[in-house]
Amino acid sequence: MAKDLLLEIGMEEAPASYLSDILTGFQNKVTDQLNAARIAYQKVEVKGTPRRMVLMIRDLAEMQEDRLIESRGPKKQAAFDAEGNPTKAVLGFSRSQGVAVEDLEVREVSGVAYMFAVKSSKGEKTEDFISNLLLEALASVNLPKSMRWGYHHMRFIRPIRWILALYGQEILPMKIENIESSNQTYGHRFLAPEAISIQRIDDYEKVLREHYVIVDQQERKERIWEQVQQVAAGVGGQARPDEDLLEQLCYLVEYPTAFYGEFSSSYLEVPVEVLTTSMIENQKYFPVFDPDGKLMPGFIGVRNGTDFRLDLVREGNQRVIKARLEDALFFWKEDTRKKLETYTQKFPAVTFHEKLGSLQDKVERLRRLAVWIGEKLHLSDSEKSDRAAFLCKADLMTSMVYEFPELQGVMGRYYAQLSGEDSEVAEAILEHYMPRFSGDALPKTPTGIVLSLAEKIDNLTGCFIIGVKPSGSQDPYALRRQALGIVNIILERGLDLDLREWVRFAYEGFEKVEKTLTAEQTAEEIVDFILQRLRGVLLDKGFRHDVIDAVLALRSGEVEDDVRKVAAITDYRTTPFMDNFMTVFNRSHNLSKKWEGGTTVKMEYLTDPTEIKLYTQFIAILPAVGDCMECGDYTSAMDHLGRLRYALDQFFDAVMVMDEDENVRGARLSMLKSISQIIRTIADFSLLTA
Amino acid sequence: MNFQQMILNLQQYWSEQGCIIQQPYDLEKGAGTMNPATFLRALGPEPYQVAYVEPSRRPTDGRYGENPNRLQHYYQFQVILKPNPDHVVDLYMESLKRLGIEPACHDIRLVEDNWESPSLGAWGLGWEVWLDGMEISQFTYFQQCGGFDCYPVCAELTYGLERIAMYLQNKENVYDIEWVDGITYGDVHHQSEVDYSKYNFEYSDVETLTNMFHLCAAEAERIAAVHLPQPAYDYVLKCSHLFNLLDARGAISVTERTAYLGKVRALARLVAGEYLEQRKQMGYPLLKDEALRQQIMKQQEEEEA
Repeated sequence: MAKDLLLEIGMEEAPASYLSDILTGFQNKVTDQLNAARIAYQKVEVKGTPRRMVLMIRDLAEMQEDRLIESRGPKKQAAFDAEGNPTKAVLGFSRSQGVAVEDLEVREVSGVAYMFAVKSSKGEKTEDFISNLLLEALASVNLPKSMRWGYHHMRFIRPIRWILALYGQEILPMKIENIESSNQTYGHRFLAPEAISIQRIDDYEKVLREHYVIVDQQERKERIWEQVQQVAAGVGGQARPDEDLLEQLCYLVEYPTAFYGEFSSSYLEVPVEVLTTSMIENQKYFPVFDPDGKLMPGFIGVRNGTDFRLDLVREGNQRVIKARLEDALFFWKEDTRKKLETYTQKFPAVTFHEKLGSLQDKVERLRRLAVWIGEKLHLSDSEKSDRAAFLCKADLMTSMVYEFPELQGVMGRYYAQLSGEDSEVAEAILEHYMPRFSGDALPKTPTGIVLSLAEKIDNLTGCFIIGVKPSGSQDPYALRRQALGIVNIILERGLDLDLREWVRFAYEGFEKVEKTLTAEQTAEEIVDFILQRLRGVLLDKGFRHDVIDAVLALRSGEVEDDVRKVAAITDYRTTPFMDNFMTVFNRSHNLSKKWEGGTTVKMEYLTDPTEIKLYTQFIAILPAVGDCMECGDYTSAMDHLGRLRYALDQFFDAVMVMDEDENVRGARLSMLKSISQIIRTIADFSLLTA
Repeated sequence: MNFQQMILNLQQYWSEQGCIIQQPYDLEKGAGTMNPATFLRALGPEPYQVAYVEPSRRPTDGRYGENPNRLQHYYQFQVILKPNPDHVVDLYMESLKRLGIEPACHDIRLVEDNWESPSLGAWGLGWEVWLDGMEISQFTYFQQCGGFDCYPVCAELTYGLERIAMYLQNKENVYDIEWVDGITYGDVHHQSEVDYSKYNFEYSDVETLTNMFHLCAAEAERIAAVHLPQPAYDYVLKCSHLFNLLDARGAISVTERTAYLGKVRALARLVAGEYLEQRKQMGYPLLKDEALRQQIMKQQEEEEA
């Protein structure tokens, strides 16, 4: 027999930013515990609003399943003496298990016979232990931030105020601190504050809906989005989907009602990003756009409640957004009174990082690096790179960016345009932060690409130099994202560059900084760090991990070249020539890997015709192999090398490599070593799996 | 409702809820939290319920009386409920009605906002209270104070009086708030806002203030060493304000800033420790429930053992 179980934990308003994660965590813990306790159920669901976490278990069995407990005792050999009488060992085992000696079973484990006690454990009644199971599951949920309240010791996201717990028709007794479970819940904080009794689990959501609470988050979210679209259509505009905003609103209201509010069109003078940031980030409003995609002087808010006195709510919100936009307009006017360039005068007095100097130092490093990178890549001209680097941090000194830090770069571009800067320089100011988040666009203009790479290389180098490296979930300067940005920019643009050289050059810019690493160490660590990101990118593209590892094991630091190699090997693996190539590699590599006598072959000791033939052939293909590698044609290089197979097989058939004569042995090993070493400049093929 | 009536109504309401109505503390401070009625009373096991208006100073927020929303001196209405009662949110909502705000007619939300004061070694979890999109109060469950765990936990409610007054009176400029009939907030405070802005940004003497900071810090340490927590705390408050003045003058670099804040935090912690010890020596006189006292004494013994 099975019954539904309903648990509603009523609490004070939970944080909208992570309630959804907590619900999922609770669902997983409960599922794990039910499975571990061998209780059958149909499904475990979680729902939630700002004031409640709801757990629904469908068809939860009333009894735990029975199980057999099998315990291994002494070996059969040691269990009985010569006369067949039980020994002390087996008697002790029998006693401790509560199973008579004659009821013990003999079973074989890896060919040895052991005595086993087999007991069946009767399943317990679910109602006897389910409360504890749920409380344990709740206590084991991972909370990003937790608090205590009153005289209690429990930690949770916010204080727990009631528990509704029903198993079938019955109240499931539970207690959390001073709160005992009942069949009572509460409706909307202001619209239905009185206690409500729930008689049947199936009525729960319906009853709460009547009391202005929509329990199901998905339904709430859909309702909000529908209403927002309706309200937008009502004023001839449209709202743009914004999953983050929707999610937050969903966990800020129990009963959504969307409404339209207006502001004066005079604020539309301010850049659209400023207005939408203020609306979305500060006020949780949806901006509204007209059919041409232009921002309208209005917003859509979502109220927690019905349309009762919606006029008051609209009026209040209009006043708030007016004050916010008034501030924004003030900042915009104030900031644009001066040219962007003048803000750079403040740099010397502003700390970029305690150990990495002032913003002035930072910008000087960027200018040097950007000009160098621009020339290396033959991308931007040095005048533009330098100008963009000089200006790219200036907007940090403006009031608008002080107020809305997320608009860094965006404002810089606007202010640069208004100051009459070159359009590519203006663009590069925004682009140098890109990609700003996962899925963000990459820089497009040549100067933007150059400056974006310079910014990231400088940040990585600086942080590594002073010992700030990401570990575990700690990555305060988002270095992983920046390293990934470097990889993605290189790949998208097909840029050929040597990371080691770049880092070493960047390192020289930190003359004044106290360093924990040498230039070489910094370059090696950063190359490794970036290669880890590259590995992830290649895995995401569907390449095999052994192929990726074989190439990255060389730690070349030339990202684009690594990708070419991975692609070439991946294709080559599926051709019939791979077998020849791998045979050449394996036979040459396996014997010579421990050889430390170098690759200089003393020709006079090569006497057998097969070895002379092999060596001659090898020397003959070397120039071609070198040319192929030089221009990145790894497929042809592997072809050339694979063709050594016939000669190599003949050689192995004809001679014993490990000849007694030291000199003969040495010449042969040196020859094999030089073959395998050439191959290993492509990748470490010993890491490939079949 | 005029400004004065708002304060009277809040005092009346919280008085009915069993709060002592204390008066502002007679030293400069950045927020009501720094009043010893909060900072010290939040420590230790003794219950305490108190409400008071606190004049609060933030020198860097001065705008020469020209900004309609920003002030370097403003008022907070502060409530401390220790331990927090189970229906503390309801109590707060009820208080809004006394200000003429009927929650059901508006959109009132509790939006996650966690509070931290590095200089006091204090933090808590809670919310900003939004009234139709405007933040009108801070609500915090204190978890630590002066670096010590708060047990029991208290709830701190802080009303932004000027914000609420502007809303209630439909004013767009803080100086237009009607304090009483015929007298505005501007009449009371505008000139001093102008003068303090000049002083804070232009005329304060960095050397004098720096000396005063170090003198006060030394005095706080000296007095804490002779186990006089509240007199020592006065000098911590002075340090904190002097730091804010130096900061407004732009006299503190980022590196120095860390050192200054670290100094104030260390002093706050020192005083908090002294206060806790003193209350313990006194046998926690405000712990009037005998059963609770026994339970807490036992817990403390176990922790020490």
